[in-house]
Amino acid sequence: MTQEPAIRVDDLSKIFTLHNQGATSIGVFESLKLEVKPGECVVLAGESGVGKSTLMRTIYGNYLPSSGGVFVLHDGVPVDITKAPPHQVLEIRRRTLGYVSQFLRVIPRVSTLDLVIEPLLENGVALEEARERAVTLLQALRLPEAHWDLPPSTFSGGEQQRVNIARSFIRGYPVLLLDEPTASLDAANRAIVVDLINAALAKGAAMVGIFHDHDVRDAVATRLFNVSEYKAAA
Amino acid sequence: MTDILERPTSVTATDQAAPLLRVSNLTKYYGHVAGCLDISFEMRPGEVLGIVGESGSGKSTLLNCISGKLAPTSGSIAFNSRRHGLVDIYDLSEPDRRRMQREDWGFVHQNPRDGLRMRVSGGANVAEPLMNLGRRHYGDMRQATMDWLSRVELDLGRVDDKPRNFSGGMQQRIQIARNLIHNPRLVFMDEPTGGLDVSVQARLLDLLRELVRDLGLAAIIVTHDMAVARLMADRLMVMKGGHVVETGLADQVLDDPQHPYTQLLVSSVLQI
Amino acid sequence: MIATEAHARPNAAPDERYYTYAYLDEQTKRMIRRAILKALAIPGYQVPFGSREMPVPYGWGTGGIQLTAAIIGPEDVYKCIDQGADDTTNAVSIRRFFATVADVATTEDTSEATIIQSRHRIPEQPLADGQIMVFQVPQPEPLRGLEPRETETRAMHAYAEYGLQYVSLYENISAYGRIAATAGYPVMIDERYLMSPSPIPKFDNPKMHMNPAILLFGAGREKRIYAVPPFTRVRSLDFEDYPFETQSWDEVCALCGANDSYLDEVVLDDQGQHMFVCSDSHYCADRRAKGHAGPMAGHALAHIETEIAVEEA
Repeated sequence: MTQEPAIRVDDLSKIFTLHNQGATSIGVFESLKLEVKPGECVVLAGESGVGKSTLMRTIYGNYLPSSGGVFVLHDGVPVDITKAPPHQVLEIRRRTLGYVSQFLRVIPRVSTLDLVIEPLLENGVALEEARERAVTLLQALRLPEAHWDLPPSTFSGGEQQRVNIARSFIRGYPVLLLDEPTASLDAANRAIVVDLINAALAKGAAMVGIFHDHDVRDAVATRLFNVSEYKAAA
Repeated sequence: MTDILERPTSVTATDQAAPLLRVSNLTKYYGHVAGCLDISFEMRPGEVLGIVGESGSGKSTLLNCISGKLAPTSGSIAFNSRRHGLVDIYDLSEPDRRRMQREDWGFVHQNPRDGLRMRVSGGANVAEPLMNLGRRHYGDMRQATMDWLSRVELDLGRVDDKPRNFSGGMQQRIQIARNLIHNPRLVFMDEPTGGLDVSVQARLLDLLRELVRDLGLAAIIVTHDMAVARLMADRLMVMKGGHVVETGLADQVLDDPQHPYTQLLVSSVLQI
Repeated sequence: MIATEAHARPNAAPDERYYTYAYLDEQTKRMIRRAILKALAIPGYQVPFGSREMPVPYGWGTGGIQLTAAIIGPEDVYKCIDQGADDTTNAVSIRRFFATVADVATTEDTSEATIIQSRHRIPEQPLADGQIMVFQVPQPEPLRGLEPRETETRAMHAYAEYGLQYVSLYENISAYGRIAATAGYPVMIDERYLMSPSPIPKFDNPKMHMNPAILLFGAGREKRIYAVPPFTRVRSLDFEDYPFETQSWDEVCALCGANDSYLDEVVLDDQGQHMFVCSDSHYCADRRAKGHAGPMAGHALAHIETEIAVEEA
């Protein structure tokens, strides 16, 4: 039985045009093809600057491709996120497509716990249950309880990163994009994140990740995908 | 802890819903000077639209036309009202349009003096929309006022103070409560945090963001502040010289701007 | 009752005819009568009119004087009260003015009068069919205190958007725990137009409801005339949980013992001595003449009032 891919990247090209710098064009990748099935964790490879993050952001709908499409399996139907109307992109992100970035976009004054439960509340989970799940997850990630009611803006990089991970893993997104989720974590916390990823994979989540840490990469990758093969002609 | 098990939510139902607002080929000339030119877009229930651009780009003209304050030179503005369904707001008779504005809309002004009655207490300012809708039970309205004042995090002991005795940030909170108490379908916000200190601004934005999420509110926010646009808006329209030069998902427009003017606008934001 | 043609005062010497009958020129009176007819046709609606310069300052009742001048005729019997009293400077002056320029009989007896001009009271004696009450109005727009724009208040009247008026009542309850407004209490006329009853005490508001007399309101400075025709519904605004109430007193009138009239407090000395007396001087005098007596009957104040009344008559 051929399983429908959770992500299908179709002939994707991305060229940045910098209008305010003499309309310079910077080609990133060309005619890129990639399929990710449920239960797969595809790790993007290639030296830095090759466009791994650009690809990830394009899959998320954050960057607009120059041509091609990105089909995300949403409610059993592949939807081209690069052409979907904004409300549908937001809907796909809310229910299907999670994204763990390297950096947490901190919102002043919103407490850690509120930040973590937000994806659950947006999906109609009751506050009580959402809090319980958040507490379990934050405990697993060993974030000190004293931090929970504080906004994460003053946290260390590693602490912020764990808040970010909690926020993304609190509900099981069917598709997850991981952009260096373990970058600023120590070994023990890296291991916890690896466990979280593997648990999600076992449940059938599809993932695309960028990991510079080879141990983590080897622990979670089902295969590698070399972005540099699709490098745009200069 | 990561079961894919969520309750069904109402947002999917809105996918099939009629648009809340449909603006078609809207043009406004002041004499021979163009205010905004040939603007078309749709809004859905629960959507937050940001209109960004520098002073003179036509964003205020657009807002005034859409909110029924300024008749456009040509084009139409259709709104899905509770009473009339989807109608061109300028086809409605004046009393019907005014009633629709009272029932279905809110308008948060940049300057609280434009949006509040400075001679009556904060509490009465908040309760007024209910009285305008025909509510005549003081006790019920007082309770609703108190609920909303606490929702916008104002000291309930000051409910009977006049707006001038409140700080700018608190005045803006009163204005927000006044514009949400009657459960509007669409709220217009014109630089809602414009005249405030940065710290006050941040707190107010949090509050607005929370309310918009909790109430599933549709809102049109006019701002020149990219940070406000990112925090509040689902979708952005970038205006320049009366035209919409770029439109799309808010984070896409801000992170991967396509139009030269948007690129300039985004790159001009100071980093701290 | 309305003089249809100009005629000189019959008992005045020819060289004294400085003015047209009833002071205003005939064209002005016609203009005012048209405004009155329109006001009667649209109860509670404020009709703009070309208010004239009068020989008294704005604020002294020029609106009321112009109304009276437009409707008065030699057969009329004219009464003028100021805060209920016939014997205050303003009331006496205006009464003498019309006695001079309109050659009419004057009275203090409410039931005898055909035209009663009033500053801020309605007499206690119920009005009858055929009588006209003329009110002096400082601010005809009940919404003005809340909405300064005339364009906006006009739209509110046009579309019967009166939610804003309740804001003032709301403020009152928030501040005092009850609707504390006492004078100029807003009313709905025939369930259509919101109207300021002029600064009469709200005690008098119920008297307007289904009143057999014509009630005319004139604002000279603000150039507006409005009216309540006979037998018109007049409802004082209120909330479901704070119904309209009039003022009431624990005391009775110290002079005549009335327990159903609007009372004024009179301070008697520096030691806190005071008395409550009827605001309606004729009503009080009439009751005393009929033998009613209050707890301070025979007080010096009563004699002063009587003396003036006698002198006038």
